[in-house]
Amino acid sequence: MTSIAPPKARGTDRAKEIFARSPALGPTAALIVALVFFSIATSTFLNLDNFSTIVGQTVVVSTLALGQTLVILTAGIDLANGAIMVFATVMMAKLSMQMASSAAILVGILVAGGVAAISGLLVTRLRLPPFIVTLGMLAVVTAVSALYSGGTTTDVSADSTLTLLGKQITIGSLNISYGTVLAAILFLVMWLALGKTGWGRHVYAVGNDAEASRLNGINVKGVLLSVYIVAGIVYGLAAWMALGRSPSADPNAFQTGNLDSITAVVIGGTSLFGGRGGMVGTIIGALIVSVLRNGLTAMQIDSNYQNLATGVLVILAVAFDQLTRRRSS
Amino acid sequence: MSLSACTKNSTASPATSSGSSAAAAGSAAAPSSAAAAGSAPVSAAGGSAGTIKIGLVTKTDSNPYFVKLRESAKALAATQGAQVIALAGKFDGDNEGQVTAIENLIQQGVKGIMITPSNSAGILNAIKEAEAKGILVIALDSETTPVTAVPATYATDNLQAGVLLGKYVKAKMGATAPKIITMDLDPSASVGIQRHNGFLEGMGLPDGTPPQVIGSALTAGDQTKAQSAMENLLQAHPDVNVVYSINEPAGRGAYQALSEKNLQSKVIVGSIDGSCSGVQYVKDGKFVATVMQFPKIMAEDGVKAIVDFAKTGTKPTGVINTGATLITDKPLAGIDSKDSTWGLANCWG
Repeated sequence: MTSIAPPKARGTDRAKEIFARSPALGPTAALIVALVFFSIATSTFLNLDNFSTIVGQTVVVSTLALGQTLVILTAGIDLANGAIMVFATVMMAKLSMQMASSAAILVGILVAGGVAAISGLLVTRLRLPPFIVTLGMLAVVTAVSALYSGGTTTDVSADSTLTLLGKQITIGSLNISYGTVLAAILFLVMWLALGKTGWGRHVYAVGNDAEASRLNGINVKGVLLSVYIVAGIVYGLAAWMALGRSPSADPNAFQTGNLDSITAVVIGGTSLFGGRGGMVGTIIGALIVSVLRNGLTAMQIDSNYQNLATGVLVILAVAFDQLTRRRSS
Repeated sequence: MSLSACTKNSTASPATSSGSSAAAAGSAAAPSSAAAAGSAPVSAAGGSAGTIKIGLVTKTDSNPYFVKLRESAKALAATQGAQVIALAGKFDGDNEGQVTAIENLIQQGVKGIMITPSNSAGILNAIKEAEAKGILVIALDSETTPVTAVPATYATDNLQAGVLLGKYVKAKMGATAPKIITMDLDPSASVGIQRHNGFLEGMGLPDGTPPQVIGSALTAGDQTKAQSAMENLLQAHPDVNVVYSINEPAGRGAYQALSEKNLQSKVIVGSIDGSCSGVQYVKDGKFVATVMQFPKIMAEDGVKAIVDFAKTGTKPTGVINTGATLITDKPLAGIDSKDSTWGLANCWG
């Protein structure tokens, strides 16, 4: 589809093109503005200890969002990721009573990958819409977690491998948890995989136009299935991080994990229509949400207004995506 | 989470030394009508003659508090020649789901319905419909609005539960000026407001946010949200010395944030609810105290009332306080409490 755009001022065209080429640019600018604003507006915001706190808070949702980004890049959506992660935390906690903690963690991660693979198979083999498949999966996995745990929270001992990722590396007043380090490594790996490998190019191609990709000889079903499996394994890793952050597996936790991760992805400039965006934006998006919460708390602004601000940001981000997209397509 | 009531009569909580406390994992799934053990096997719909059918509608299926309510009701019903049909909403606040459940129970020919109303006003029409059919409807755990929509309510006096915790914390603090952070529920839920204000009343402070309350957060009773909120509040208020939490998950999240900053020894964390994992936190010295409520008593009293109504036609009346007990391993003179060993024998979840 080419359409002759009406002549416009060249400046805005140029800007649109730049934003269209690097979707993370807008969110990055927004993050910098927020950081500067809160640093000026409050006395408690600008310090390394507070930044450690903010980063620590985003680790789990960021990791969920990394997996979610993959799915959304293929023009899908995963409503079950939070539930899969919670199921994995419950499994890890309960299995660690019967086997070595490291084995329990591994089983939890593999099961998370397996459950997401079922979603992927339903999407690819039966051609069901991802929204519906993962909506069903959300209900199924939530129920299974509740049945498996009897609805009760399982506490895990604070010194096992299960909570290893909660351990902190302290440099001056900067505290970095092992979980943060693992999330950073995971981000790098996924960023490289998307940007520098044939598989990554295929993910973008399938998201842009599945039919054209098929005609070009790309194994569309294979790519899609691999995306769900990788995302599931990432959710499993998020479960391990969640246990590090809080040493108890609560089947009722993270009920909005799916929406929180979608929020991060969308604010980060990844398009819900697929094929545009990436991991950098997602991490920035997750940070924006946490920075807002933290900064508004420092300004003594109540949680309801914090939610309101997040909602407005999501709408702005999607509007921004549409504006730049129209130009670049 | 759990919920609300408002009366003034303190019952000494009966020490029902139940041997089996832990919820059997995966006992009853969603809408399950467990056939009452003991009586003749229930075949088709309609059940065996003579079995009194009792409906139970909880807010959700999965919350361990409601699991305890359901199991206690079923266990007692089995000894009374009654059978409990347990249904639930899909989430806390799912009025539509509760209305559907009541309608389905009316169809099943129950004698009485026990309900933990999600949104107190949302289900009034369904309750009227049931009462028009001669069914006794009673509220458990939370009040309907208005409270007179049902003849009787069996619930914890949440204001009193808050007062118990507040009085203990005040005594524990002695002469030290309190700097309090409250981990609250949400702006509208009456239980959150009652516990919060009860706690302040026990501390000898006015309702709402007096100057001694240096920070507050709405946590929805969720551990993760409470942890993040507490971390953020600690940036501005590292001088906190008391944390009040609406329930134990919120308390756990707050404790986690405090321990990241090595402040746990300087801060008194108190909670309300009485779940087994909450009592364990008292035993581990992480919470100074929690206040236990008794879903088992609510469920059993409710079942007894409906069985009585089925047999004699008498209806229970009023708001019946099912009691609240302070659980702590550091008892103070002049304040009634039980230790964590008793707590673990009587907790829920």
